[in-house]
Amino acid sequence: MPRINSPAELEELRKDILSKRDPNRPCITLCSGTACHASGSEEVAASIEEEIKKQGLSAEVDFRKTGCHGFCEKGPIIVIHPEKICYLQIEPKDVPEIISQTIKEKKVIERLLYTDPTTNKKVVHEFEIPFYKNQERLVFGSNGKIDPKSIDDYLALGGYSALAKALSQMSPEQVLEEVKKSNLRGRGGGGFPVGRKWEECRNAPGEIKYVIVNADEGDPGAYMDRSLLEGNPHSVLEGLIIGAYAIGSHEGYIYVRQEYPLAVENVDIAIKQAEEYGLLGKNIFGSGFDFTVKVHRGAGAFVSGESSALMTALEGRVGEPRPKYIHTVIKGVWDKPSNLNNVETWATVPLIINKGADWFRGIGTEGSKGTKIFSLVGKVNNTGLVEVPMGMTLREIIFNIGGGIRDGKKFKAVQTGGPSGGVIPEKYIDLPIDFDELAKAGSMMGSGGMIVMDEDTCMVDTARYFLNFLAHESCGKCVPCREGIKQMLNILTDITEGRGEKKDIELLEEVAAMVKDFSLCALGTTAPNPVLSTLKYFQDEYVAHIEQKRCPAYVCKALVSYYIDPEKCQACMICLRQCPVGAISGGKNQIHIIDQAKCTKCNTCFEVCPPRFSAVRRLSGEPVPPPVKDRVLARRKG
Amino acid sequence: MTTEEISRIDKIIDKYEGEEGILIQLLLDIQQELNWIPKEVAERISQRLNIPQSQIYRVASFYTAMSLTPRGRHLVSVCMGTACHIRGSPRLLDRITDILKIQPGETSPDRSFTLNTVNCLGCCALGPVMVVDGKYHGKIAPTEAEEVLKNYD
Repeated sequence: MPRINSPAELEELRKDILSKRDPNRPCITLCSGTACHASGSEEVAASIEEEIKKQGLSAEVDFRKTGCHGFCEKGPIIVIHPEKICYLQIEPKDVPEIISQTIKEKKVIERLLYTDPTTNKKVVHEFEIPFYKNQERLVFGSNGKIDPKSIDDYLALGGYSALAKALSQMSPEQVLEEVKKSNLRGRGGGGFPVGRKWEECRNAPGEIKYVIVNADEGDPGAYMDRSLLEGNPHSVLEGLIIGAYAIGSHEGYIYVRQEYPLAVENVDIAIKQAEEYGLLGKNIFGSGFDFTVKVHRGAGAFVSGESSALMTALEGRVGEPRPKYIHTVIKGVWDKPSNLNNVETWATVPLIINKGADWFRGIGTEGSKGTKIFSLVGKVNNTGLVEVPMGMTLREIIFNIGGGIRDGKKFKAVQTGGPSGGVIPEKYIDLPIDFDELAKAGSMMGSGGMIVMDEDTCMVDTARYFLNFLAHESCGKCVPCREGIKQMLNILTDITEGRGEKKDIELLEEVAAMVKDFSLCALGTTAPNPVLSTLKYFQDEYVAHIEQKRCPAYVCKALVSYYIDPEKCQACMICLRQCPVGAISGGKNQIHIIDQAKCTKCNTCFEVCPPRFSAVRRLSGEPVPPPVKDRVLARRKG
Repeated sequence: MTTEEISRIDKIIDKYEGEEGILIQLLLDIQQELNWIPKEVAERISQRLNIPQSQIYRVASFYTAMSLTPRGRHLVSVCMGTACHIRGSPRLLDRITDILKIQPGETSPDRSFTLNTVNCLGCCALGPVMVVDGKYHGKIAPTEAEEVLKNYD
């Protein structure tokens, strides 16, 4: 591949790529993100390739395996261009019909379309589906259009034009000013102003400086960084190179979790392609600016996503945090000034350079500009990645885009900010989402995880879950975090297992205050948040667990019993056969009874009991009625 | 270790020779190659790259991706992320420990399975998720776990 030596040559190459592409030529795009992989997109891809050949269309149809489209709930997803016909939950058996009907005959296949659950109408085009229609996909939008393994696809959409503009028309100071003016705040958690961080790093003494992409996305429940890096790695690279130019850095790292193998693969390919085109290396675009980048795989430690810990890991040592009396922008990797931003932040930079800070400031709220990608997951109908302008309300996100709560259940709360964040109860459903509003409500933005909870979610169990997570992930270096989290976890475990005492709530608050004030890094100082926010909004659930030994959501096993209502049991034998521990006795025409001593409370009987009987009941905070003596089923009419 | 194994390990070490800060990357490669990090390998790295063994063990024991005991032929990872948790991953895990008769972190005596829990696989929309030998299985109900595991021996 020829090297690109100037912005003019870049434009020539772009024209050349576009001239070979007919926008009216049919193109099938198939989502090949990790979630769609799990839903079988590989098999679908194989049959599309085979069918195109079989039906003799190889010369007339393009096929592209793209990054994540975001609507993971309905994967694998196919979009057929130029019409943008969208088919969901495709299986290999659907493929021959798609090729013969939609590609050849231009006919839409009704049964593969999205059905709007409120109107029951079929929706033909991707952009008309409510999940997509209510979003503003500035950063994430290209994911579905390009093959992440093809730099030409990225160039065809105008890729690297921001880099060309920065290097040829702007000084590093001007780039810095533009980013500062945009008020872009870091998308990784804290929301620190990006321009200010860059400036501190730029002004830090020393010749050698590093820029780093944090793709250690550790917050459970958030996966937008994975999808961006997997689906559009060049956008991240482009942002990184621009940042390096502004800061005066010539070496970069991409720190990515090894749990994300596809992201590692795609970013490795992207770097090689960018090197071949001369977009990385010496004298980029003939500007005299040199920059190289290396990939470092993280080995599975949540705390290593913390900036000082991540930098220690880059040096090959155990990724533990250090006190930050001196910021990492002054002394980071190998004690050199180092600027760390997360994936989404870097991917936003090219947009700001291309369209200008004023454009960016026109989107969002007073304190939080631009859009944010959220991973909308949990008990919501349309799970997936959504990108919306800052300031959209929770209600709009969960109900308009997410389609409301699953199975007609009631919304209880939404958890944001991962283990450092908190829960937001229903009374704040009209809260506009931005960095500051979330903090005011006792939670935080974090990296954008949004886990929707319904009436079946126990808030004490949720707090225990996060503390258990943090207890495992605490590196153990400082005592308040290591011991404090453990003690809070012990108290919470006691409460969920029926050993809670009245004084526990006060004790939790006391320990929480200590951990918050005295821990070394943000893992510890934010660790009490899941406890404090559930205590603040759902103290009644704590009280029910402690005083009545009752779990209102029937989640905490030790406080729940399963019981078959003899009045409703039809002796159908389904639960009896499915019980994994043989705890259910009974037989044909004999009412089934659960042996409470054997029952492991696995919930299987409750799940399999046919809804028309609903004989299996969960009890909490009340004794299980004694077994009936006469077990012969008197066949009831009806 | 056999001479063949030593030369395989040496080839991996060669890639990193003379570079700084490579220990984590090197150990990840070895983990992938051998499925664990045997004592002899730690010794070999120490000799060849002049890294103290204490440092090698410190890194290998800190990170969950590395194992100092042999892993089974099949690696089963159950996602314990928040989204999976509230969609019932604890029950899925219970069922799997029941079927495999091992606890998370353990390997079955015949080395057929190693069971792991992971914090988040980034497949949150499809929870609960389990991964067997790199293949993702989404929206798995506890009652379906046996069906999935039946395909591996």
